[in-house]
Amino acid sequence: MKTTILTGVLGAAALGFAATAASAATLDDVKAKGEVACGVHTGLQGFAAPDDQGNWRGFDSDFCRAVAAAVFGDPSKVRFVPTNATERFTALQSGEIDVLSRNTTWTLSRDTSLGFNFAGVNYYDGQGFMINAAKLPGINSALQLSGAAVCVQTGTTTELNLADYFAANNMEYNPVVFQGFDETNAAYEAGRCDVYTTDQSGLYALRLTLGNPDEHVVLPEIISKEPLGPVVRHGDDQWFDVVKWTLNALITAEELGITSENVEEMKQSDNPEIRRVLGQEENSTIGSALGLDNAWVANVVAGVGNYGEVFDRNIGQGSPLKISRGLNQLWTKGGIQYAPPIR
Amino acid sequence: MSSPDSASHAGASARGSWLYDPQIRGIITQVLVALALVLFVWWIIGNTTDNLRSRGISSGFAFLDRRAGFDISQSLIDYTANSTFGRAMLVGLLNTVLVAVIGVVTATFLGFLIGIGRLSRNWLIARICTVYVEVFRNIPPLLVIFFWYLGVLAVLPGVRESIELPFDSYINNRGFFMPRPIWGEGAWLIAVALLAAVVMSWFIARASYKRQMETGQRFPVLWTSLALILGLPLLAFVVTGFPLTFDTPSLGAFNIVGGLDVKPEFLSLYLALSFYTASFIAEIVRAGILGVSHGQSEASYALGLRPGQTLRLVVIPQAMRIVIPPLTSQYLNLTKNSSLAVFIGYPDLVQIGQTTMNQTGQAIEVVGIWMAIYLGLSLATSGFMNWFNAKMALVER
Repeated sequence: MKTTILTGVLGAAALGFAATAASAATLDDVKAKGEVACGVHTGLQGFAAPDDQGNWRGFDSDFCRAVAAAVFGDPSKVRFVPTNATERFTALQSGEIDVLSRNTTWTLSRDTSLGFNFAGVNYYDGQGFMINAAKLPGINSALQLSGAAVCVQTGTTTELNLADYFAANNMEYNPVVFQGFDETNAAYEAGRCDVYTTDQSGLYALRLTLGNPDEHVVLPEIISKEPLGPVVRHGDDQWFDVVKWTLNALITAEELGITSENVEEMKQSDNPEIRRVLGQEENSTIGSALGLDNAWVANVVAGVGNYGEVFDRNIGQGSPLKISRGLNQLWTKGGIQYAPPIR
Repeated sequence: MSSPDSASHAGASARGSWLYDPQIRGIITQVLVALALVLFVWWIIGNTTDNLRSRGISSGFAFLDRRAGFDISQSLIDYTANSTFGRAMLVGLLNTVLVAVIGVVTATFLGFLIGIGRLSRNWLIARICTVYVEVFRNIPPLLVIFFWYLGVLAVLPGVRESIELPFDSYINNRGFFMPRPIWGEGAWLIAVALLAAVVMSWFIARASYKRQMETGQRFPVLWTSLALILGLPLLAFVVTGFPLTFDTPSLGAFNIVGGLDVKPEFLSLYLALSFYTASFIAEIVRAGILGVSHGQSEASYALGLRPGQTLRLVVIPQAMRIVIPPLTSQYLNLTKNSSLAVFIGYPDLVQIGQTTMNQTGQAIEVVGIWMAIYLGLSLATSGFMNWFNAKMALVER
């Protein structure tokens, strides 16, 4: 995509021209701008996609709103910046966006040599395969895929996992690598490839947009760990804390049963923990320690709801995707979503 | 300002002052501009390094030696996921060069055919060529690529309904599949025979030209060369006992396996670039031919040359002098347009560079490599074409 090359070049240029101090205090910059610039997917149903009124809807875009609610008390103060797989990192490095919330896998190299910090994991995912069962009857395992043509999007951990999985199982394949999400989908739908591979959540989302969703089957194998989470630039601990604790606040709110509907009543709760989290204690430093308002958790929950609400509304049972919570269930209910205490 | 002393010969000093000397002023301006440029570049480099360091982004070209870890669908050299990023970039470069070279050859051939066709006295041929030029010249190259990829190749039948062609070849929406020749023992002799035939033809052509210049007698060079080039390898083929078998493609579990395959990504990029650039080359050729004065043809007919000979010996050599310089630009355009490959998933330099950029985060380095390579390719093409132009230029006696 031309825009990618452009962003790459501009990003490189931005690093050349930008004043050296630009990376210092992102929180102050954001407050001065009056909005959070948030990098999202160009259009992945359930995670980040504009609806028919042009409003961004989805699990990842709601996280952007949560950050805006924490900083400004108003979830609408977000500027969404659609980015594709290649340009997302350059956009964050160059300061074009303040936070990247775009189903991005947390890996060592991204955390270190790219100069990023991952603010936690908001979705535990894994890479899977989807095939057209109508055209390929009898295939029910990824281990039967030797010799297949595989559509994959460039610039992702997906590409590397794919190579590793086929090599580890002594299978051959033919990668057809596209740069854009839409081009990859079009090629799969046109029958250029037998298999489409990406994170399973993405496969379920993609399946809904295909002409005949029932013909397409997601194979059971999960070939990788894909912890997806929001990303910020390395070297600004204050902003890193704000984003990290926004995520923790969403999970804590679900643990404590605080929802967008009952958050006002909960402020008067008898439970001291709930009162503390919502900033109702005398001389509370729950927000000021982060450089935020003491009611920031209450603002986040009032703005977008708790983690469970965000999940259900966008990708869970309340959405067309109907993805089960699985690993993303709270640790108290058999999942691994766990937040450090807010105190 | 000026003392009465200098005012006395103001006229002479005003003209003589170094401030008004155009040569010195020119030098000063150039020095100042060069200095500003150096300072600017120095500042940019310093600032970039500072920013990279302050953001904790590692830089340098060491990543080229690291394991790439991703696969590439089409490669002219041995490449696996275990190869390095540097080798992956090389694969991309070779794929770019492959499509550019084949594209340039096809576009030139097609362009000459259509350019001459547009001047044909045959109404139908001239019209068809005009329509071709007007259609392809006025559509953006990316749309031509999409036309071939999504409009022509993607609507071909799937693997199981492949169209069978003669000689065990197949065509479907995964590409074009044909038997791959496997040369047996002694096959090198055939290559040697072919090489020998080409060299001999060249010497015969030279000798024949010399003889014609001296005696006016002609020798059937074309037929002799053809016989040599076809005959010698064939003789070698028979002598070595037919050392040739074929690996024929056949239907596998998912795809057609074995044989040689040409992928639709390559095909559509190649066809689109050739067709697109050919329309420009056709116009350049037409301009070149029209640029040769009509008196040249008339003089040639008066000498008794036939129309074909007139075109070949009188018109085209003169037209070439007009054609070559703009032709260079078209070759450069074709090479650079090949970077549109990213849209259809052809693994060219840009696509592999993007993957590399994303796996390593070295955006500045990769963009630098791209620019250096495209600049190098373009300069090499221009250099060759300038040499060719100088060779073809009018030799004044």
